[in-house]
This record gives sequence, C-alpha cells and structure tokens, in this order.
Amino acid sequence: MGIKSSTPYGKDFGGCGLAGIIDRSGKSVAGNMIVSSLTSMKDRGNGLGSGYAVYGAYPEFKDNFGVHVMYNDAGAREPVEQLLKTKLKLVHAEPVPVKKIHAIADPPEFWRYFVDPPDSMDKTDEDAIDDLIVNIVMDINERIDNAYVVSSGKNLGVFKGVGHPDAIAEFFKMQDYSGYLLLGHTRFPTNTPGWWGGAHPFTILDWSIVHNGEISSYGTNKRYVEMFGYKCTLLTDTEVVAYLLDLLIRKKGLSLAAAASVLAPPFWKDIEDMDPHKKDYYTALRVSYANASLNGPFAILMGFDNGILGLNDRIKLRPLIVGKKGDIVAIASEESAIREVIPEPDDVWAPKAGEPIIVTLKEDAKQ
Amino acid sequence: MLYKNPYNHYFDYVVQRDIDKCIRCKACVTQCSYGANYYDADRDLIYSLDHNCVGCMRCSTFCPTDCISIVRNPDAFRLNANWKDHNIKDLYKQAGTGGIIITGMGNDKPFTNYWEHMVVDACQVTNPSIDPLREPMELKTFLGRKPDKLEMNKNGDITTKLAPQLILETPIMFSAMSYGSINYNVCESVARASKELGIFWNTGEGGLPKALYGYGKNTIVQCASGRFGVSPEYLNAGAAIEIKIGQGAKPGIGGHLPGEKVLEGISETRMIPVGTDAISPAPHHDIYSIEDLKQLIYALKEATRYEKPISVKIAAVHNVAAIASGIARAGADIIAVDGFRGGTGAAPKAIRDNVGIPTEVAIAAVDERLRQEGIRNEVSLVAAGGFRNSSDIIKAIALGADAVYIATSALMAVGCTLCQQCHRGRCAWGITTNDPELSKRVNPELAAERLVNLIHAWSNEIKEMLGLMGINSIESLKGNRDRLRGVGLSEVELQALGIKQAGI
Ligand code: SF4
Ligand code: SF4
Ligand code: SF4
Repeated sequence: MGIKSSTPYGKDFGGCGLAGIIDRSGKSVAGNMIVSSLTSMKDRGNGLGSGYAVYGAYPEFKDNFGVHVMYNDAGAREPVEQLLKTKLKLVHAEPVPVKKIHAIADPPEFWRYFVDPPDSMDKTDEDAIDDLIVNIVMDINERIDNAYVVSSGKNLGVFKGVGHPDAIAEFFKMQDYSGYLLLGHTRFPTNTPGWWGGAHPFTILDWSIVHNGEISSYGTNKRYVEMFGYKCTLLTDTEVVAYLLDLLIRKKGLSLAAAASVLAPPFWKDIEDMDPHKKDYYTALRVSYANASLNGPFAILMGFDNGILGLNDRIKLRPLIVGKKGDIVAIASEESAIREVIPEPDDVWAPKAGEPIIVTLKEDAKQ
Repeated sequence: MLYKNPYNHYFDYVVQRDIDKCIRCKACVTQCSYGANYYDADRDLIYSLDHNCVGCMRCSTFCPTDCISIVRNPDAFRLNANWKDHNIKDLYKQAGTGGIIITGMGNDKPFTNYWEHMVVDACQVTNPSIDPLREPMELKTFLGRKPDKLEMNKNGDITTKLAPQLILETPIMFSAMSYGSINYNVCESVARASKELGIFWNTGEGGLPKALYGYGKNTIVQCASGRFGVSPEYLNAGAAIEIKIGQGAKPGIGGHLPGEKVLEGISETRMIPVGTDAISPAPHHDIYSIEDLKQLIYALKEATRYEKPISVKIAAVHNVAAIASGIARAGADIIAVDGFRGGTGAAPKAIRDNVGIPTEVAIAAVDERLRQEGIRNEVSLVAAGGFRNSSDIIKAIALGADAVYIATSALMAVGCTLCQQCHRGRCAWGITTNDPELSKRVNPELAAERLVNLIHAWSNEIKEMLGLMGINSIESLKGNRDRLRGVGLSEVELQALGIKQAGI
C-alpha cells in the first residue's frame, strides 16, 4: 500500500495559504465563506494547522474582552480562571462549543471568558487597560503550564488547531459564526512543530495575524519586542509579528501605513530618490525602528477592529492577491480562493512588493 | 677578544640565503631596517646578523631571485610544557635590561577564539536564499542614538528630530591609530579609503594633521587622556568625537609614543615638543567616575553644538556590560568595545597578553545587558579587536554589534606582516615608523586602493552571507543570535555568547 497523498500529483506540496474577507459596510459575512475560500487552497497546507479569526463574533459581549484559552491539560483551567478572577472582572465563562469529529483526534479543551477591567481602573485609560490585558496574556502563556491564550480582543473569536481547514471549521462549528471581517490560514509547518498553539491566527488584543513565510530576522525582532516586555512563547516566528504591530501601533503610536513601512521598509536606494520631506520621513522610520523590520519571505494579513492590512515582503517572495466587488474585499494567497467567495470580482490584482493594502470599514459602517 | 652577549644567541629567526642564486643586488640590505643584512665587499657576499632579524619578511619579499627564506631558528631549548620558548627568552631579556618588555600588535596567545566556534545558518527550501547579484542587498548602517519613539503631529508628520548619526555604507570602520604611531602616509591612506568607501577612520589620540582636515566628514576625532592635539578646531573637524577610555591591547593604561617617533609634524599636531615621549596618563584625570564621564560627554557635545555623535571607547574587561550600561546612561551615542586581541603600537607584553577579555563575549554581554535595561536603542555598539575576515564581522553583528572597527587587518592590507616591532619605530614596511626614508615605502594612493579592495571584498562576502541567510538588509542580522550556533563550546560558554549548540 502506498502512502496516502492529499493531492492527485502523487506527492504533497505547498506552503501556507491565507485568506481574508471584509465587508466594508460592516455587514456580517457568514463564517462558511472564509472556510470555503481557505479550503480551496487546502493543498497549500499539510493538515498540521488551520485557523480562523472572526471579527464581530460576539455582538452580545462586544464591549468585553473575549479571552479564548486552550488547555492541554484540564488541570490548567483552575489557575487561569483564578488569575482572571483576581486581576479582572469575569462577566461570563463557557466552553467553546465543538463537535467531536474523526478527523480531529485528541483535541485540547477550549474555553472562552468575557472579562472587564477591574472597577478600580479608570475606564478611560484605554492604554493602561490594554497593557493589563497584554500582561495577563503573557503571564498565562509563560507561567501556567498547558494553558495558552488563543485570543484576547473585543468582539473577536479565534478558532484554530491541528487539522485541515475544513476539519477545523467543522470541529469549531464555523457555520455558527459570522462577522464583518474574517481571516483564515492553513499551515504547512516546517520550522516549528505542528501543535495547536502554533496554528494561525496569532493574536494580541484586537490584532490578529496570519502569515505565510519564514522570518529570517526573527532573532532580531524577538529580542526587540522582548525589550518591551513581550514574551515569545509559542514556538513560531509569526507570533512576533503580532507583538511588533501591537508595539508599533499601540505603543509607538504609528499609523497602519507607517507601521507597514517599518515592517517592509523601502530600500535605501529608493529613499534616496524621494523628495526631501518623504526622504526624512522614511529615513527616520527606518533608522528608529530598524529592529522591527521583517526580513525573509512573507505575506501577512493583519486583522484589527476596523479593518485589514495585507503586506508582502520587500521583494515579494510570497504570493498575495486582492479582489473586490462593491464593499466586499478579499485578500488571499491565490486568486482561486478569492473567486471562491467573489466569483465575479470588479477588480483583481497583485499588490507590489512591500506595498501595504489597507482596507477599513466605511465611516458609517455599523460594527 | 670578540665580545658576544651570550643571551643574544637566543634569537627567533634565521635568514637563509641561497648564495648560488644571489645576484648581490643588495636589496635585502637596503630593505632591512633592522640591520640584519650586510654586504661584505671583500668577499662579495651578503651576510645576515640573524639576531637582528625580526621575521618581517621585507627582504625575502623584495629579493629579486627569491633566494631568501626567513625560517624559525631551529636552535631550540629543551622542550618544556611549562617554560615555553617565549617565557625563557623574555626572562633572559629582562635579566639583561631590567626593563618592562614592550611589544607591538595584539595578543598572540592561544586563547579560545570564539569566532572559530560559531557557525552561521543558511536557508534551505522553506525560506529562499537571496541572490546578492540579482537583488538589492543593504549594508547601510547608522550609528548614533535612536529615539525610543518618534512623535508625530496630527498630519502624521514626524516631529522628533533624529539625533546626529554616522552613516556608513558598510558596517566596517578603521579603528583608532594615531598619527605618530603610524606615519602621515598611512593616515592619509586610511582617510582616502574611508572617503571612497563612505565609512569612517579614527584619528586615535594623535590629533589630526592639518593636511587631512579635508577628510573631516569621514573622520572620527579622538579625545584621550593625554588630550594630544585636542582643540576646538579639531573637535569640530570630524564627523564624531570618541572619548578613549581604554584600548583592548592594554586595558587600564594610556597610550605610549616613544620620543624617537615624535618628529616635526607629529610634534605640531600633538602640540608637544619634538623628541618628547608622549605618554598618556592611565586614567583621564578629569574622569574618576561615571558622572565625570557624563560631564566630558556633554562638554564635547556643547563644544560641537550637539551636532556630532559622541562615542566612548573602552577595553573589554570583566565587568564590561555594567560599564557599558553606565556609559549609555551617561549620554554616549556610540560605545566601542575593544577586545583583548586588538592591536597597538606599543604595549607592555605582560599587559597585552593577560589583561582583558575577548571581543566575542564582551559584545554578547553588552548587547544583552543593554537590552535587559531597555536602553539598547539609545546607543550604538561598535565591536573592535581582532577582526580577521568578513565572517568574524558577520558573527559580531549577529551577536549584537552595529558595526566593527578594524585596524590590524587594515595595516596588513598596507603590507604589515605582524612582526610585532611597531614600538621600535623601524617598521620595514613603512607603516609604524616616522623615518622619512621608511615612510616613503607606503604610497597613499596605492595603499588606499588596497584598503578599498579589502573592504569591498569583505562587504561582498557579507552580502553573500546575508543572502544565504535569506536576509537583504544588515539591520535584520543585528543581534539575530538565532542564526548562529556554537560548535565545541561548553554550556557556560554558549550561555555567555547567548547562542545555542549546533544541532539544536
Ligand atoms: S628585512 Fe625583516 S625578515 Fe629580512 S632580515 Fe631584516 S628583519 Fe629579518
Ligand atoms: S636581495 Fe636577494 S639577490 Fe639581492 S643581495 Fe639580497 S639575497 Fe642577494
Ligand atoms: S606595522 Fe610594521 S612593525 Fe608593526 S607589526 Fe606590522 S610590519 Fe611589523
């Protein structure tokens, strides 16, 4: 008997596949859409990790932080809940609904907690509240064995694990969710082991990242974010991208576009040719945040409460395609994945190397 | 009776000459600046006084018929693992002179060389390597304080003004070598090369000859404990100022320039009389503690209207990480850490060979400490001391250096053969001598070309190595210890370097 192959070509091949869909009017897109988009690129993964992010998943708890936690051991639940109860106000706790299926053997346990900052905190000091949540996430990941925070944003649900995209979707009942922004990722892990915590998206607060590529600057980036208290515990290079964006945007106050040009900076030779104003601007960004620039091949999609950012490395070593029709914009590794959800797009194009694609909700969009 | 000092017998080299091939051209006689070769007209033969030979290979290089070989003196003491050859010879020498043994160049003892125990990662399959012949590969490096955060106004314009930076086209600079320890021609060669390469050279503590002020944009002017040649004009002439606290070859003591080397031009530039020894005090007498250093840093910043980065150079010593942290907090923009293999024009041998620590571990410790304290951004880190090739440099940057200083290898590009006689001022290669006849042996134009070649070659190799790591900008290698692995090191050594064992 030969080895079972997932493709008709007789051998497995691929890389990671990623997909994102946003309805700029803020209307909900069915969870199934991202599943079928991603599943069309099943051969880009190897079944060792898939996942989804749904922005707008929890309208009834939209003002609470939704903390998804994965337990590899049921015993880890107690210390986590204890921590959440002491440091925060627990509004609601429940297991994440799952369906036991054959394709997913031996899954960990998932719980979600909806929490508020403690009453003692000034509710207008959002930065301090965000810092508190980040610290708690870091604390759980680093200190409590067998417990990993999957997501911690508001109105955001993240569902990921070891399995092909359709299996993971079935397991987490993706058909029951919908949201104005959906991200998906299928993984072909090479450098880091295929484990549940290693599947994408990686998230911190409202940021979620899916990534195709390998970050050759990982050591530099990791040691940089560690200077600011982030801890890379998930055994993968993508995690650091989530922390970099949180650092650049929330802590350093950069706009999305500025942050994108830090991650994939223009070449010095191009900066030389810019007009003096732009030249100073990009020089300052590049010089000041050199340790945050990403090197190596990558295509990333980053979700945030108000939209999505798509970005390629500076020499486009990974695919990224954008398609749009009306208010719906889809970004994915392959055009086929876009046509799966927008069969007749108004426009489809491949962004240039290092050129950020930023799609935000319209002003009047109801979240 | 012929008097012969028996201890002269213990010399290091023998000049062997194939008399059949010798054409009596006397090149070896004129080229040897140590009086080791002479012509006997009566016999029409060339002879050598082997005890004068320092093994610099100037004569063998210039012999037109290749009939000279400089060989190690086979005359050997009884083998003794404790009393090595050099221990014995040094002892006899001191018993004869009662003096401190002075030597030149860097520590030559067989300490563990950590560069040789580190290997570099490469991309395979999952991550494409980048071909520097086809894709841009960036080595541009900025040295100076970086803001922790850029402030923006509501239009998104950056309002923070960047602190002054040194912009290097490649992360390599020429380390401090003073005018006097090397002659004018060598200074000019290094300055010219720096200008052409878009990098920097460092005056050392000998001041800047007037004729080289034109290279100011590529010059780091040094201010050392002797304050030789320091004037407001000098401080403003360079692109940056370096306060020299220590030097890898002789931590804890000041620079020494013997009076024989202090000739006219040097006397003028250093602002001291001809023929006087230029002995820098061991400490700066206005710096007895870190707060004093801070005052000097700010005095120099004031003197140059905050337009130039201030570097502080220290020797790598046991407590280097804590010292560097103090220096960063004292306001320095650049810290240069000079390891114990760094060269020198003159140093007591006992100090050169036994004081200080290797650059590799010093850089690793300083970078890590500054990160732990969250101040790594505020200061650039320059590694110095013993860089022999581009791979040493790659590894230093991956450990955490922003750039490196080279000096010994630069002199080698000009001809130096590491004979360690720099302190004698008779350098046969015309480098560490001010003798006008010997100095002529260095032609600044040709020497600059060789320096440029060397840095180009190394830069190209650095690009190749970055490419195979899948990196197209040097900033993504900085502190990227993930791309290094150790081979043949103990766990403690791996820990000191902050790298993993190969295979893990
Ligand atoms: S030139 Fe150098 S190698 Fe030749 S005899 Fe003189 S000292 Fe020895
Ligand atoms: S340089 Fe060579 S050929 Fe000329 S005199 Fe000396 S040994 Fe003879
Ligand atoms: S500079 Fe001259 S004296 Fe010094 S080691 Fe090199 S060749 Fe010898």
